[in-house]
Amino acid sequence: MSLLKVSHLSYTYGHGTPFSYDAITDINFEIEQGEIVGIIGHTGSGKSTLVQHLNGLIKPSEGNIFLDGKDIWENPKKISQIRFQVGLVFQYPEYQLFEETVYKDIAFGPTNMGLSHSEIDNRVIGAAEMVGLHRNLLQKSPFDLSGGEKRRAAIAGVMAMQPKIIVLDEPTAGLDPAGRDIILSRIKQYRDTTGSTVIIVSHSMEDMAKTAERILVMNKGKVEMFDTVGNVFSHAELLESIGLNIPQVTQIALRLKDLGINVDNNIYTVEQMKNSLLKLMGRGQKNA
Amino acid sequence: MLNDITFGQFIPTNSSIHRADPRTKLILLVMFIVFAFLSNNAFSLGLMMAFLLVLILLSKIPFSMYLKNLKTILPIILFTSILNALYIKTGAELFSFWIITITSDGVWRAVFMSVRISMLILSSAIFSYSSTPTAITNAIESLLKPLNRLGLESAVHTMAMTMTIALRFIPTLIEETQKIMNAQKARGADMESGGLIKRVKALLPILIPLLISSVRRAYDLAEAMECRCYNGGEGRTRLNKMRYSIMDLIATILFVIVCSFSLVLNILF
Ligand SMILES: Nc1ncnc2c1ncn2[C@@H]1O[C@H](COP(=O)(O)OP(=O)(O)OP(=O)(O)O)[C@@H](O)[C@H]1O
Ligand SMILES: [Mg+2]
Repeated sequence: MSLLKVSHLSYTYGHGTPFSYDAITDINFEIEQGEIVGIIGHTGSGKSTLVQHLNGLIKPSEGNIFLDGKDIWENPKKISQIRFQVGLVFQYPEYQLFEETVYKDIAFGPTNMGLSHSEIDNRVIGAAEMVGLHRNLLQKSPFDLSGGEKRRAAIAGVMAMQPKIIVLDEPTAGLDPAGRDIILSRIKQYRDTTGSTVIIVSHSMEDMAKTAERILVMNKGKVEMFDTVGNVFSHAELLESIGLNIPQVTQIALRLKDLGINVDNNIYTVEQMKNSLLKLMGRGQKNA
Repeated sequence: MLNDITFGQFIPTNSSIHRADPRTKLILLVMFIVFAFLSNNAFSLGLMMAFLLVLILLSKIPFSMYLKNLKTILPIILFTSILNALYIKTGAELFSFWIITITSDGVWRAVFMSVRISMLILSSAIFSYSSTPTAITNAIESLLKPLNRLGLESAVHTMAMTMTIALRFIPTLIEETQKIMNAQKARGADMESGGLIKRVKALLPILIPLLISSVRRAYDLAEAMECRCYNGGEGRTRLNKMRYSIMDLIATILFVIVCSFSLVLNILF
């Protein structure tokens, strides 16, 4: 049995008004324990709408979401329990910081769970460490942090609840490359140490190539593809037709192939390109 | 919950009412409301109601949108009706119990008041549904022009601009509130249960981020306006000039005729 199963999920905004809009229609997929899944799609393709269903913030117009085989809406009164099991980090989460200190802000979630003081303390410190926030920062006001640090503090606020699944909506939007890399590597590390499932929404193919294991491609409210990173990137034309790009290195690899240079097939990170080119050059030397 | 706020909401349907000059609409709205409240018998009020219905149909906006509006003010209508019914003691007695006496006059007044308030709301709804916030403030600014002679030039413009901005940001603020609420709910914030103090406290995680983002937005907006060389109303021209057309004249004549009729009915009966 898969950890998360979404079945025939549809949602209409403003149902029954002149503004009604079908944001997502008939979504089906399953995610296993411990996976890192990426969700990509054009602006307005319904990614944010979809992920807000996963922790019960939006109630489906149609369809069901099963967590551990149980429908999350089975008992609507218990929906807040689901929110502790599926942690959702919103787009630009730094705008939700509100406490006097970073420590208190990270503790907001665990406090709402009704945990003991010592347990809250453990979790706050653990989560801050996980995202790489220095201990000295914990007693500062969250509004005095840099943009990237704020973002990490907000992510820690959700990690501190120790959810089974953590969902991050565009966690790297608006950050510089260094800030992006820190966040992505911390997220990956989080999965490796806790074994939790991670779902990342992103526009950036490079980000996806670096972190995700499987990618779900959304187009106009529907699932276009759900496959391993390599298989998804091999459909360059399809991706381009729905307004998405394959990573730049993959584009270069394809061009090189056209020019008759025999690089490896599935290249989607700079690292892989480097290895493949080195291999080719090595062989060339031997032939000479 | 927040989605039920329809104030300041523009619904584009391209009806003849939508195309009318906002100044005409505003003046005719005031005129309609005055005459609706002056109507003191069933005939004149009935005429105004029929006229309102015609206007609603002309607006091509779904009936449900108007009903939504009425639903929000239902408590006020009920409250005034009950007060009226209890307070007026003239006329035939219909019902009496302890200190409560309901008379035919009281019931009549209650019905009249409810109908008038509903008409006030519905006619304003037609106006706000059919005019963009910008059009509304432009109309106000233009109608207040005579005040310029009193040396209030910049005051009129500033007021109109402030109003435009406020109206423009109502939906943004609602959206922002919803987003922050969802984000805090995702961290287990509980806003629906507990006593008064607990509930007020539960608002803090929403109000603080909202305040901060509003201030940030205000700075951004001020800067953006300055970058586009905004320096008050003086010498500013508009992209879309308001035009008084033949349709506006026809509408005005129609309103004058209907309102005169209701006045005649008021006097006759
Ligand atoms: N509260 C809302 N009311 C009405 N329509 C909405 C609302 N939120 C989103 N939509 C619409 O639903 C569609 C999907 O929105 P969603 O936010 O899920 O897209 P997205 O894939 O996350 O886009 P982005 O990449 O820009 O974040 C959009 O067309 C949007 O206009
Ligand atoms: Mg989004």
